[in-house]
Formats: sequence, structure tokens, C-alpha cells
Amino acid sequence: MSRRISPVIPGFGLTLGYTVVYLSLIVLIPLAVMFIHAAQLTWDQFWAIITAPRVLAALKLSFGTAFYAAIINGVIGTLLAWVLVRYTFPGRKIIDAMIDLPFALPTAVAGIALTALYTPTGLVGQFAADLGFKIAYSPLGITLALTFVTMPFVVRTVQPVLADIPREVEEAAACLGARPLQVFRYILVPALLPAWLTGFALAFARGVGEYGSVIFIAGNMPMKTEILPLLIMVKLDQYDYTGATAIGVMMLVVSFVLLLLINLLQRRIETP
Amino acid sequence: MSIRRYALAALASAVFAGSAVAKDYELLNVSYDPTRELYQDYNAEFTKFWVANHPGDTVKIQQSHGGSGKQGRSVIDGLRADVVTLALAGDIDEIAKLGKTLPENWQTRLPDASTPYTSTIVFLVRKGNPKGIHDWADLIKPDVSVITPNPKTSGGARWNFLAAWAYGLKAGGGDEAKAKEYVQTLFKHVPVLDTGARGSTITFVNNGQGDVLLAWENEAFLALQEGDGKDKFDIVVPSLSILAEPPVAVVDKNAEKKGNEAIATEYLKHLYSKEGQVIAAKNFYRPRNAEVLAQYGSQFPKLDLVTIDKDFGGWKTAQPKFFNDGGVFDQIYSAQ
Repeated sequence: MSRRISPVIPGFGLTLGYTVVYLSLIVLIPLAVMFIHAAQLTWDQFWAIITAPRVLAALKLSFGTAFYAAIINGVIGTLLAWVLVRYTFPGRKIIDAMIDLPFALPTAVAGIALTALYTPTGLVGQFAADLGFKIAYSPLGITLALTFVTMPFVVRTVQPVLADIPREVEEAAACLGARPLQVFRYILVPALLPAWLTGFALAFARGVGEYGSVIFIAGNMPMKTEILPLLIMVKLDQYDYTGATAIGVMMLVVSFVLLLLINLLQRRIETP
Repeated sequence: MSIRRYALAALASAVFAGSAVAKDYELLNVSYDPTRELYQDYNAEFTKFWVANHPGDTVKIQQSHGGSGKQGRSVIDGLRADVVTLALAGDIDEIAKLGKTLPENWQTRLPDASTPYTSTIVFLVRKGNPKGIHDWADLIKPDVSVITPNPKTSGGARWNFLAAWAYGLKAGGGDEAKAKEYVQTLFKHVPVLDTGARGSTITFVNNGQGDVLLAWENEAFLALQEGDGKDKFDIVVPSLSILAEPPVAVVDKNAEKKGNEAIATEYLKHLYSKEGQVIAAKNFYRPRNAEVLAQYGSQFPKLDLVTIDKDFGGWKTAQPKFFNDGGVFDQIYSAQ
């Protein structure tokens, strides 16, 4: 006879009901309204809006810079997590707390501060200018702002997993004759990869939609440094609500497909 | 004793309330970015004026500031503004059209096409004017870099763009192709397009980008006033510019709902009074009142000004022609 496991939180009906209502109010209804609004367009009109040269340029820029920022954070973030978990040193707690600051800071403040620092006459930007390239007002500047804003994701997803890997496993591998690189490749990477991918996907998704910090550092030049969220704002400023939702829907679909792919990849890694 | 006194006070207040119904007003003025200081001063003046004429009333005025288009959209989407004081008539037109909270002929309800004060577009340059910028033609010299916000997202930038267009048209002898060529060259000298006027001011003043900032006259004066601005910048007045007309209007439906029609109307009318005009002038807006203008005349240099209605056929024509998707501004960028 099977024994019914009594749940910690009472009632399947109650919890599911709450979940559905909550999800509907916060996520589903707003997104559905967006789709309904965009449905006022015919397919041809919709296609014309999302394939306009400026929109395509912005699409490439938004997803490209968000991707590079996520990659940078994937590498640096893992290193940061490693240092924080594996070593004790004075000031570790403080650095650990500082990791979350990019979430707490208003993004516009971050954008203005980064811009001041990285303009061709800024404290850091002048050296780049001497070498003949621009940081602020170029895609590089956008990537920088996104790297800042999405920094906590990879650190915070990798950190707990790394802390849970028993040191003995690595020692055992070493005793069995594994070289350091093999320990990394066969012990650490498989354990960390799913969490790392989650952090990467979160950072990427957040970067695609980021507006506040990027808008100050981007320069916003048509065809060159215009991000997709800016094009949405531009359409809204012309009171073109439908055009704005069309771009919104397109971003949502592209993001969803990419996140789904990352999720599938994760499944394959977890269940080899 | 104390009870009698209390009864007396109650009686007195009842009589007083019966003779003049004292009311508490809460007014919301939804405005654009650079009017913050203007309306802080004006609200104090208006509150004094209203209470002097309606003893016992209390008046609380709230201001909201942001990009003109964004503010217009908030009102359309349901922000309960009693009055709007925006950068462009076009934004209030949209509130009338999409929000249906005021009649479409709103601009005829107050004198001077509902613009109690005006401004114009001038150049702010680095101290001593090292690049020798005196007029629009100097902006397209090879080594000059120009800062202006994006006309697609900033009301102020649309005035900038149209002023440049007016110059190009005049220099080209009225040929629109020449005017387009001029603005296209001009925008090749623009390294950054911020989304709003304040953003551009930060880029120019704080981040030290560019040789010249195209700015509202009142913003340029403010930049000089702030900190050591006078030692860092000069204002250059071009030979030709545009009369920037930021209009005001009561949002009827909202004011009615809150019982604020009378005070909201008076709030805007009082802007045209001598007191209101002096406050505008003190905040570097050009007053409409000739007497006040004469008094502050030295502050506002005379220059040739084109107007949106006479030279561009109003915002209803200019907005789609220049700034909507596919308009002149988009064309000069897709041609690059």
C-alpha cells in the first residue's frame, strides 16, 4: 500500500491556484495584451516593421552585445565564484556583498557613471582614445554597461554549486592520477555546467532588455549604436503603440526561442 | 467656560463656512524637463494669488517633469493631470486625439496660441569660443562636433532640427534639397544622440563631449548659472533660429472630475498676468507681455525667428514630414 506523503505546504489545489493567479497577473496577462495589441497588424505590416533595416541593425546589436556580455560574465563570474568559495582572505565578505551591488544600483546611475569614466575624455576612456578606439558611444561601451548590470547572475548561480562539490572528489581524482586539467574537465565542468548555463541565460536575457544604463553610454546613433528597447521608446514617442508592440513581440519570441534552446541544452547535459 | 467657548467657535466656523465655502485644492501640473525651476517659482506665486482672492482655500500644486512625449503618453494612459504644460503643441494634440480628455481646438482657448512664454534655440560653446562658432554655417566646419538630443525622442531636439532646417532652407535660397543636404551634413558632426535635452546637457557639460550644444535658450542660461558655468561656457546667438513655443492647456475631463475647472483655468490664465510673465522672464523664458519683455530685453538678444505655424504648417504637418518613421530625419540617416 502506498503511503501518501504529506506535503510541507498544504493543499495542491491552493498552491496551484495561487501560482496560476500570480503568474497570470504578473506575467501572462501583460504579455497576452501585448500579443493582442500586435495582432491589430496584418502579417505583412508586422513583417515590414520587424525587418526594417534599422530594426535589424538594432536586433543584431542588442542580441550581440548581450551575448558577449554574458560570455564575459561567464568567464569572469566563474573566476569570481571560484575565488570566493575556495580561498579565505581578508575582505572576502565585503567583496562577496559587493557582487550584488549592480542589482541594487539604479541602472541609470550606473550608465551615467560608466559613461563619465569611459568617454574619450574620461578617466579611463582617454587611454583608449590614445590607442585610437572609442569605448563609450560604441558597441564596446554597450557591452561594458551590460557586463556591469548582469554581473551577479553567473557568480550567484555557480557559487553555491561550487561550494557543494566535496574537495575529496578532486583529491580522489588526483590520487587516481588525473592531471589538474583532467580534474577540471571531468570533475568540475560537468558539475558546474548546468548552473553556469542558467547564469549565462539569465545574464543574456537581462542584457537584451536592458535600457536604463545602456542609453547613456550607447550614443544612440541610427544603424550603429541603437538598441532594440530604444527603438521601442522611439515608436512610443510617436504614439505608435502598435509598432512598439510589434518590436516587443519580436524580442519576446526571439528571446524565448534562445532561452528554450539553452534549457534543452541543459537537459542534455544533466541526463547524458 | 470652556464649553461656551467651544460652542462659540463652532458657531463662528459654521457661519464662516456658510458665507464662503473654503475649499482644498490639489492641482497636478504635468510638464516637461526644463520647466522645473520655472514652475517652482510660479506655483508659489499662484498659490499666494489664489488664496488672496479666495480666503480660507488651501492650494497644493504638484509638478511632474520628464520628456515631453513621455509625459504626454502618461496623461493619455490615465495620469490625472489637471493642466499640461509641454514642449510641443503636437504632444497636447495627441492627448486630445488619443486620450479625448480635452477638445481638439484646445490651442484657441488661451491667447498667443496657448503659449504664455516662448524660447528659442541657441548655441552653447566652450569658454572663449575656441572653434570660432558664430552661426549655423560654422557647425559643419571639418573639426566641429555638435551635441543635440535625438529628435525622435526629445521635443527640444525637434526645435533644434527645425531651426537647422530653416537655416539650410534660407542659405539654399528656399531649395528643400539644399536644406536636407545641410542637415544631413550637420548630423554627420553629431557623435552622440541622447534621448532627452538634459541627457545632452550632461554629455556636453559634465562629460566634456563636443564643441557646441544646441540648446533651449533657458537651458543655456541655466548651464551658465550653475556652479562655475560662466567660466566654462559662452552663449552664441545664431543669425536665425526658431521661436520655440511650449504650450499649456487644461485637461478638461480630469479637472472636472476633481472639481478643479475654475482653479485650473485660472492657473493658466495667471501665467499671462504681469506677475506670471516676470517669473517666466526671470527663469529665462521670453515673456509675451511687451512691457515685461522690454524690462528684461537686454537678457534676450533679438534675432530672426521662424515659427512652426507660419514656416512649417504647424506640428500636424511637421511631425509626420520630419520625424515620424520614414520622415526626413530617418532619410538623412538611411542615406549615410
